[in-house]
Amino acid sequence: MGQKHRFNVRHYTGFSFMTIVCLLILYLPLLVVLVYSFNDSLSITRWGGFSLRWYTELFTGVESAKFKQAAFNSLTIALSAGVVATLFATAAAIGMVRGGHFRGKTLSFGLISIPIMVPEIVTAVATLIFFTSIGIKLGYASILLAHIVFCIPFAYLPIAARLQGIESSFEEAAQDLYASRWQAFRYVLMPMMAPGILSGFLLAFIISLDDFIITNFIKGAGVETLPTAIFGAVKQGIKPNIMALSTLMLLFSIVIVTLSYLIGRSDSSKATH
Amino acid sequence: MPDAAVSIRGVKKNFGSFVAIRELSFEIRDNEFFTLLGPSGCGKTTLLRLIAGFESTTDGEIFLYGEEIEKLPPDKRPINTVFQSYALFPHMTVAENIGFGLRMLGWNATDINNRVEQMITTVKLDEFSHRKPAQLSGGQQQRVALARAMAPQPRVLLLDEPLSALDLKLRQQMRAELKALQKETGITFIFVTHDQEEALTMSDRIAVMSAGELQQLGTATQIYEEPANRFVANFIGETNLIDATIHSVNGQQVVCELPGGFLLDARIDNSTAVNTGAQGAVSIRPERLSIVAPDTSQQPTNHQGDHSLLNATLIDTTYLGTDTIYSLKLTEDHNLSVRVQNNNALGSKAIGDTVTVCVEAAQFLAQ
Amino acid sequence: MASGTFTPVRKWLLLPTWVTIGFFLLLPILLVVVYSFLTKEFRGGVDWTFSLDAYDQFMFDRGLFGDEAPSIEWTYITIFFRSIVQALIATLFCLIIGFPTAYFIATRPASSRSIWVFLITVPYWVNLLIRTVSMKFLIRDNGPMNQGLMALGLIDTPIHLINTNIAVQLGLFYSYLPFMVLPIYASVERYNFALSEAAADLYASRWTILREVLIPSVKPGIIAGCILVFVPSLGAFLAPDLLGGAKTFMIGSLIEEQFKGTAGNWPFGAACAVILLTLVLMALTLYARAQSKERAQEQRAG
Repeated sequence: MGQKHRFNVRHYTGFSFMTIVCLLILYLPLLVVLVYSFNDSLSITRWGGFSLRWYTELFTGVESAKFKQAAFNSLTIALSAGVVATLFATAAAIGMVRGGHFRGKTLSFGLISIPIMVPEIVTAVATLIFFTSIGIKLGYASILLAHIVFCIPFAYLPIAARLQGIESSFEEAAQDLYASRWQAFRYVLMPMMAPGILSGFLLAFIISLDDFIITNFIKGAGVETLPTAIFGAVKQGIKPNIMALSTLMLLFSIVIVTLSYLIGRSDSSKATH
Repeated sequence: MPDAAVSIRGVKKNFGSFVAIRELSFEIRDNEFFTLLGPSGCGKTTLLRLIAGFESTTDGEIFLYGEEIEKLPPDKRPINTVFQSYALFPHMTVAENIGFGLRMLGWNATDINNRVEQMITTVKLDEFSHRKPAQLSGGQQQRVALARAMAPQPRVLLLDEPLSALDLKLRQQMRAELKALQKETGITFIFVTHDQEEALTMSDRIAVMSAGELQQLGTATQIYEEPANRFVANFIGETNLIDATIHSVNGQQVVCELPGGFLLDARIDNSTAVNTGAQGAVSIRPERLSIVAPDTSQQPTNHQGDHSLLNATLIDTTYLGTDTIYSLKLTEDHNLSVRVQNNNALGSKAIGDTVTVCVEAAQFLAQ
Repeated sequence: MASGTFTPVRKWLLLPTWVTIGFFLLLPILLVVVYSFLTKEFRGGVDWTFSLDAYDQFMFDRGLFGDEAPSIEWTYITIFFRSIVQALIATLFCLIIGFPTAYFIATRPASSRSIWVFLITVPYWVNLLIRTVSMKFLIRDNGPMNQGLMALGLIDTPIHLINTNIAVQLGLFYSYLPFMVLPIYASVERYNFALSEAAADLYASRWTILREVLIPSVKPGIIAGCILVFVPSLGAFLAPDLLGGAKTFMIGSLIEEQFKGTAGNWPFGAACAVILLTLVLMALTLYARAQSKERAQEQRAG
């Protein structure tokens, strides 16, 4: 046996094939929609050449006003819910990671995890029942409130993970060098936590933007976000303008996840000497 | 007491039910290179953190130049720390790190720049002032940590095992530099380490700690030559500890009886009072033993009033280059280790030979 | 006062989170339990009278007018049972594809590993609705998949998948596959390959190593992955609704139906949600137990 056939204990035949299958399953549907959104044909399944007509249709067609309003709602809700959830989550992470041992710590972690552990449909039912029984009018505000609640843990996890990676000696060093507690936070801890806070915000933002089930329950009449608008349209069949819209949202998500990936990478390259 | 830089008075520290510091009282003098030495978990780092203000005492007081500092937060204490992990702020340059304390103290920009430049020169990092800590080697990071802590001209500098992350060569070089820096600046250094060699070579005085208690406080020579108890004798260097009973007492000098009926002269600590018949142990350093009569198998003859010779059986030899270690059996339960320089030929000795050894110095330990 | 004594104050930083999640989620979930014991109001909503009707309706058939002798009502039990089976099968398929993928990624050189992880993460960040719609488009009778297979001459007539259980199954599997890969990847990456080498040195074959050494070591990651796929699959709404049509009801659709429009039955929907939540909590408890047992073993070993 030559060098080429050296026994490698890590290698399993077929695992690379499975990986290709996995990626194919994950990406094939998305690629197909991306390609067909540029299809010139009226019959959406027959290829009729490259065209941007459905994108034009999306922005100027009869349904464009509805989608623009939905996009505006989605983006403003995601932005506001993302910011508020990130603020709460940052404070919570400092309390949990730097608060020492206190009574109710495990309980607090359980509370933060509820939105992740409970099935979305149950959260949706609970929120609907609660809002109707205390008389909160269903609409933009109720969606925003619900999104803040379930975005908190998604913002919390990357922030807490980042904070756990920062030894407390950095804050001690700052205080040792005459920084007040606030200055130690402002000049040392916060800049060091920044990548985690940013990832937390991006995750919360995208989770809010993507949410369908909860929003669908509590949106009330007349208020739509992009997912509920798309769902409503798809019920009548997949039209090409929906594919164009889906492609745009797909690309937007990829931009956000790439951003988040780059933040994580630049940061880890800094941490290792 | 104006000459005490830091005075520790009845300090206790518990973490929940864990007792980190049982009770400590001692003083650290002004301009002193003072070392807290002990195994991990002995409470030395806890004491350092109490002095810095990162923890508060369970009981007792800490005075800094006569002023009680227990109520002050760390940013109000004129004390700076060099952390074991250095804790250099990764998002700031070398210069920004060194200037951080000055900025927090409200110095103006010109003064900060001048002082930072001066510190950078002192620690020989002139080309690196605009680099981030991650771009520096371990030794360079260590210097930045030192410069950062010394820039605000603290009255006391705390060093928490600052050399432990460096390789051996760099560590030896830094010892000399730290010592020189301390003499030059006159700042009181409180240095925490578990490395006895580091402690012995650098310190003016050493506090040996174990299990949250002070075992001995003294100069390097004192703790090595006159250990106060078994722990110190064992922890500092190599030693032979042999059970012994006091045979007679004459001031600081005692004669004690060893297993096998040998009588041996030993000294005792001036703080220890012993009576005839007291049980304890003698500590004999291996290099304070020599093999005097390689070929004799006779009963050793003592000089008048001088008990320094023992008979033992050779059971093993270990060659170390400059020295040889001879393992001897004194009785069934007691072995002796003798370290002899390889410059004079002792003649060939076989395992099982009986040899006579001469004890140059022994210390009787009551506990 | 020293900083150490300040740390308890920091727990109050949790206050906004306590209040928000406690008031707007924990309390509402408790309210769901209350609602499941109330009487239904015919135009949606509830009448505040205690009633076990919702659970009775779930379990028993009392005839059209409710006056017959009760017999077991199989409709809803079947829906729940089917949901559990579908979720379990989805979990199994995710494991079959996800484990080799996670292993493959974890054994890449460190420099390229993050790219692979990135590729697995991207679909997770893409809107689930869009992913499900894409899958629906792909597998339609005259969709790109069938056209492609027919063009290649592999099939003569389109494979009919849409509105079948298989389509729902495929949708669930596709939706939650990244959730299986990521935790397994994380534990294989931490795995010490010297263990595999030691086993190989002691004459174990590759598959024996996999079975006896590697899988037991990365079991926490596998369990985490299975939970992360099983739990959302159980309550899934989009895949059954968009890919399964009306015939293949799952729990999610059943609950949704009770709250949409005026035909709904809120207490019954609440009862279904309570039963679903109970199932999920049971799965999570099993998981937590397995994890803590694992940790205890590790501590004993270390």
